[in-house]
Amino acid sequence: MSLKILLELFITFFKIGIFTFGGGYAMIPLITEEVVAKNWLETSTLIDFIAISESTPGPFAINIATFIGYSQQGILGSVLATLAVVLPSFIIIIIIAKAFHKFATNTYVVGFLKGVKPVVVGVIFSVAIAFLLKSIFSISIFTIKEIDFKWSTLLIFAVVFTMTRIWKKIHPVFIVLVSGVMGLIIYGFIL
Amino acid sequence: MIPFIHQYAVEKYKWITDEEFLDIIAIAESTPGPIAINSATYIGHKVKGIKGSAMATLGVVLPSVIIIVLIAAFFMQYKDNVWVEYAFKGVRIGVAILVLNAAIRMYKKLDKNILSYVLILIGFSMILFELLPVILVIAIGGVIGIISQVLKVRGETK
Repeated sequence: MSLKILLELFITFFKIGIFTFGGGYAMIPLITEEVVAKNWLETSTLIDFIAISESTPGPFAINIATFIGYSQQGILGSVLATLAVVLPSFIIIIIIAKAFHKFATNTYVVGFLKGVKPVVVGVIFSVAIAFLLKSIFSISIFTIKEIDFKWSTLLIFAVVFTMTRIWKKIHPVFIVLVSGVMGLIIYGFIL
Repeated sequence: MIPFIHQYAVEKYKWITDEEFLDIIAIAESTPGPIAINSATYIGHKVKGIKGSAMATLGVVLPSVIIIVLIAAFFMQYKDNVWVEYAFKGVRIGVAILVLNAAIRMYKKLDKNILSYVLILIGFSMILFELLPVILVIAIGGVIGIISQVLKVRGETK
């Protein structure tokens, strides 16, 4: 157990909790930046954690905080990371419940969100592109080490992406399952 | 999640009214953090003050924490298994698609105007080319949004 890492976990997830606007997916860019910069996880392991957190019940934010906390510092780490990611919302909502009844129509709040939402959409697009390059071509942006491209990875992408475009309400767990089974078959038996 | 909250908090236990429920959704969407946490905190506060908030939030967090700790313990043990690795090679592509679809979904919900296209481009390029940290990019968006909204309100009142 390291007190330093526990403290870092707390500060990192508190920061993530403050800056997550627009649902669970909006926190993926910030998590990726923080976790990779601190060398807690490799990008591919983080993506595995995201897959599991999306396919289990409960809010994604809680699931991923618990998962990363556990991977670094066991149960204590998971509790601390989860507490940290919840705390900003908790404090902000209590202040609003006590004081601001017209919060959601306040000019500054409306303006802030009008600016933040499109920026977040752009940020999430860029993370999606980075994840695709990483998982299909093994490219980390601007550090094209060795392009390890196989037709099979593109096949998984084409099949799963088409599926999600046809069947729009598909639950993430099915996407994780289908792509997992395809990976198992293609890498395990064919390649 | 939202229908569940309505079913229990409004219909069954009558902790909040329909109108308050809609207020909570609006507030939850305009504050950071997951809707589940925001609404649990708000409803808990309404019923029993800060103690109520703490208990409601704890209640909504606990199942996830327990489930994930169990899965994480299991996953850490088997992640180096070659078959698990094969499956996750596929899963990583699936996750990239999940994120891509989330971006498309959020894009469709946006008000489309020149400002929002410029902001999307700023968010996209700053992060893709690693020019600025995520928090700073979000803050820049917020400041630009506030300035444009204040100008707009002033223009309307003149």
